[in-house]
Amino acid sequence: MTDIDQLERTLSDAIAGAGDEAALEAIRVSALGKKGSVSELLKTLGAMSAEERQVKGPAINGLKNRVTESLSARRAELRDVAIAARLEAEKVDVTLPVRASPAERGRIHPISQVIDEIAAIFGDLGFAIAEGPDIETDYYNFTALNFPEGHPAREMHDTFFFQPDEKGERKVLRTHTSPVQIRTMERESPPIRIVIPGKTYRQDSDATHSPMFHQVEGLVIDKTANVANMKWVLEEFCKAFFEVPSVKMRFRPSFFPFTEPSLEVDIQCDRSRPGEVRFGEGSDWMEILGCGMVHPNVMRAGGLDPDEYQGFAWGMGIDRIAMLKYGMPDLRAFFDADVRWLQHYGFRPLDMPTLFGGLSN
Amino acid sequence: MKFTLSWLKEHLDTDATLDEIVGRLTAIGLEVESVDDKAALKPFVIAKVLTAEKHPDADKLRVLSVDTGSGAPIQVVCGAPNARAGLVGAFAAPGTYVPGIDVTLSVGKIRGVDSHGMMCSERELQLSDEHDGIIDLPADAPVGTSYASWAGLDDPVIEINLTPNRPDATSVYGIARDLAASGLGKLKEAPVEPVAGKGECPVKLTIEAPDLCPGFALRLVRGVKNGPSPKWMQQRLLAIGLRPINTLVDITNYVTFDRGRPLHVFDAAKVAGNLVVRRAKDGETVLALDGRDYELKADMCVIADDNGVESIAGIMGGEHSGCDENTTDVLIESALWDALNVARTGRTLGIITDARYRFERGVDPEFMVPGLELATRMVLDLCGGEPGEAQVVGYAGHTPKIVSFPLSEVKRLTGLDVPKDESLSILSRLGFRPLGNGDVVDVEVPSWRPDVDGKADLVEEVMRIHGVDEIEPRPLSSHDAVNGKILTTLQIRSRFARRALAVRGMLEAVTWSFIPARHAELFGGGQAGLKLANPIAADMSDMRPSLLPGLIAAAQCNADRGMGDVALFEVSGTYEGDTPDRQRRVAAGIRRGTAKLEGSGRYWNGNAAPVGVYDAKADAIAVLEACGAPVDRLQIEAAAPGWYHPGRSGVIKLGPKVVLGHFGEFHPKVLEALDASGPLAGFEVFVDAIPEPKARPTRTKPKLELSAFQAVKRDFAFVVEKAVEAGSLVKAALSADKKLVTDVNVFDIFEGASLGEGRKSIAIEVTIQPVEKTLTDEDFEALAGRIVENVKKQTGGVLRG
Repeated sequence: MTDIDQLERTLSDAIAGAGDEAALEAIRVSALGKKGSVSELLKTLGAMSAEERQVKGPAINGLKNRVTESLSARRAELRDVAIAARLEAEKVDVTLPVRASPAERGRIHPISQVIDEIAAIFGDLGFAIAEGPDIETDYYNFTALNFPEGHPAREMHDTFFFQPDEKGERKVLRTHTSPVQIRTMERESPPIRIVIPGKTYRQDSDATHSPMFHQVEGLVIDKTANVANMKWVLEEFCKAFFEVPSVKMRFRPSFFPFTEPSLEVDIQCDRSRPGEVRFGEGSDWMEILGCGMVHPNVMRAGGLDPDEYQGFAWGMGIDRIAMLKYGMPDLRAFFDADVRWLQHYGFRPLDMPTLFGGLSN
Repeated sequence: MKFTLSWLKEHLDTDATLDEIVGRLTAIGLEVESVDDKAALKPFVIAKVLTAEKHPDADKLRVLSVDTGSGAPIQVVCGAPNARAGLVGAFAAPGTYVPGIDVTLSVGKIRGVDSHGMMCSERELQLSDEHDGIIDLPADAPVGTSYASWAGLDDPVIEINLTPNRPDATSVYGIARDLAASGLGKLKEAPVEPVAGKGECPVKLTIEAPDLCPGFALRLVRGVKNGPSPKWMQQRLLAIGLRPINTLVDITNYVTFDRGRPLHVFDAAKVAGNLVVRRAKDGETVLALDGRDYELKADMCVIADDNGVESIAGIMGGEHSGCDENTTDVLIESALWDALNVARTGRTLGIITDARYRFERGVDPEFMVPGLELATRMVLDLCGGEPGEAQVVGYAGHTPKIVSFPLSEVKRLTGLDVPKDESLSILSRLGFRPLGNGDVVDVEVPSWRPDVDGKADLVEEVMRIHGVDEIEPRPLSSHDAVNGKILTTLQIRSRFARRALAVRGMLEAVTWSFIPARHAELFGGGQAGLKLANPIAADMSDMRPSLLPGLIAAAQCNADRGMGDVALFEVSGTYEGDTPDRQRRVAAGIRRGTAKLEGSGRYWNGNAAPVGVYDAKADAIAVLEACGAPVDRLQIEAAAPGWYHPGRSGVIKLGPKVVLGHFGEFHPKVLEALDASGPLAGFEVFVDAIPEPKARPTRTKPKLELSAFQAVKRDFAFVVEKAVEAGSLVKAALSADKKLVTDVNVFDIFEGASLGEGRKSIAIEVTIQPVEKTLTDEDFEALAGRIVENVKKQTGGVLRG
């Protein structure tokens, strides 16, 4: 064994035995530093004869290269070990819980959600959304809508009244959203296509009646709108709203003071599963809305000539269609603000009803 | 309105099945509410008791052997006192549901003796309240056949939900007319032949209130014999829920339902002197047929004799002159009454009767006299007697309405193509008289249809009889363009406010618009004009001036249920007055307990702190940001309304006048008055007060200007008086150089003895953005000097040493 072989063995043992990067660096300096063992060997080359150098030169340079390589290989090994040790030390319990994001905890009330759904559908049909005040005059709530003074139809409304003013007139809490029909006709010229969601009030309270509830009214006025168009609009709405490919609806002649002819509409459904209603199947009929051609007197009250213009209107309970679609059993719970109910029946804030992404998920 | 199938068929010649009739009624606007086909009575068969022996172990029970017509006699244990050999009654076999006791029978063992069924009482079959014994039928009743069909009790009962515009359908005859018009059979016309009476009516009738009584017909029939009415009449009345009284009274009820013609009968012997129709005297009383005393008012109409009020016109007769078994001379009344007056009187007195139901909808004036004649005939047929002459007072006759009807209206309003002849034929079948045959026809409206006024009403008649189902849905004409924005700014902002608050972990509530008066008063409401005259409950009396009391109460309810950490919001109306412009649109929210944005309650990496004013402020600003308010120009002042904690609340303003909202913790006295406890913080943002966004000619955003120079951050700490608001210090720093200072961030507040009494330190990080050139050290020093100078000038603050 030559000296070179001896040195190489010594160095490679030392490199393999280096426990950390500092020890390795010391070895590097002892071998390859200015006065290192390999460096010293290299220096001897200059004093050699050409023949000797031809033999020793490659041997010493080979030694230098191999030592350099094994130093860097060992350095990489040591770094991996160090990183592994640090990572091991940094380990945490990833099963610990994290807080739910606020957006995941918040909820939109079903009434607001359903109003957004209605707006999405009717927006697509070219309707705008109109609103009006909750506190109304007797004129807008009744007289202009062709409710004759003292007519039994007024009684059907169980109206909330305010105290009479000095002129003896008493304001009412609107019993339906229909006053906005008149307010819209007074303000706008046909063609009119609006839907009117809002709060309504009647002095009535049980599982399906609440003294405050929500209605959505629709109004179309132009020079051609007729019952056939009305049937189409309402069927399209019900299909879109209940998110079913088809619905069967039954239009029955009925009576409302502000429409003539008047119709009530039932929707066919299956109620055989407890707590669940399915539309587009089954054999039950459920009343869901009232509608009709705008009464000539209502047209006149809105300042329109009923021989020039014509149109239709409809109204339905927002709370009611929300209950039918989403299965809430009791109307009164809508207004209790019980967080358990809101968390269960409410909607996540980023579930925004659109037609392109679906009304509900 | 209720009637039976056989009753209908008395006026309608039809082969239609019950299902067809029910379907058609609904299709033509007479919505069927319920049908009782009497299937429940079908299993009960007529059976004969062969033997009746005393039960071996019970004194009051008997063991019967019953022939039910199905072979061998059946053993039944029975406790009825009238159970005896030879009795023919109604038998229910095991498996039968007995409605009166709500039990499905099974083979039973009563005191050790097997019983294979039951002999029933009328109450057990829900035929009457009779339960003293089992049903006792004539000996010749056919054993083994259905009891109900033998007794005529299987007549299906139909109830329709009548709309208030159809007085003509308050009668079985009128319903038959509608069905016949729709092609479901033929109406059996039933003209009433007048009765030739003898002798003037000895009781004179005068009408002192002709505006309330447009006609009155009266006849005396002497020598009648009043008693129970015939079985067929009783059965019909019972089937529709009326209690048979005696023949004379039952006739009035029968005609009311049969022809929609309410009648009244007076016992002539009890009428003192003549009759007068007049307004009641204020405070006058009458004991009515329902056994109750009513105090009348001057605007009510009555029929009176020398004794006083004998009848409340069109609503209910008086007890005093009512007919009973001893009545021999009867005065039959058939009159017309003002519909509004009847409605108002009935409502005021709280009386609901079949007469009122009809008069307030409008009774056929042309049937007043025929109604009297029909009633007279029935009295003569069923009670005998001698009729006098009819006395008809005040009736001026009926002038029919004429409606000009362009036949094209049917197509215009409904889209239906109904041939002209068909339209006119439908109207004729309903009793209308088309006068002519052109494209526009004058149509005479029958006297029984006061609801028909105009051509739209005639369109409805044609549509409902021709068939609504015939109308094919047709798309609404397209608007031929992509629909644009359909919401108003206020609607858009309300929507954004909701989503923004929900995204902050809050739950949207919908609370009542009316709240207790004391709650309204605490929040600046409670004015007289916003109080309901007829609230549904005492604590739902006042229109809310604020959304906060409802939300605080709701939070407390949840806390009482064990959920104290709640965050609720509502975006809805509040009321400052009773006019449309005084209804506000408000977004409000509250947080209770530890319901912070990040979460609530204890947590392994840090427990949530109690909520406070800054949580409410953050929520309020989030709403304003979502609504597009100019948040960089908002001013925050410590001057919130009195329901807030005076030291922990603020008002958000835009300029000196526009208040956009309030936020803060609540005044302890207000919480106490609301029975609520904290920690609790909330806000209200007046969405309708946010200025409309400026109309922009283009959607292009302003060009993004990126500085070539790096921004630099410098920290300053100032010592100020404790009362100095951080906001004013930030403002002072910002205004030191509006070009270079782009942001000021408060990163520390410190109060300590080292600063001296009544002082605090505010530390800020100032962002300096060079614009034209890199700033030299001298430039920074000069700017820092201006900042320190400005802060000192505006807040008195000095750099902390």
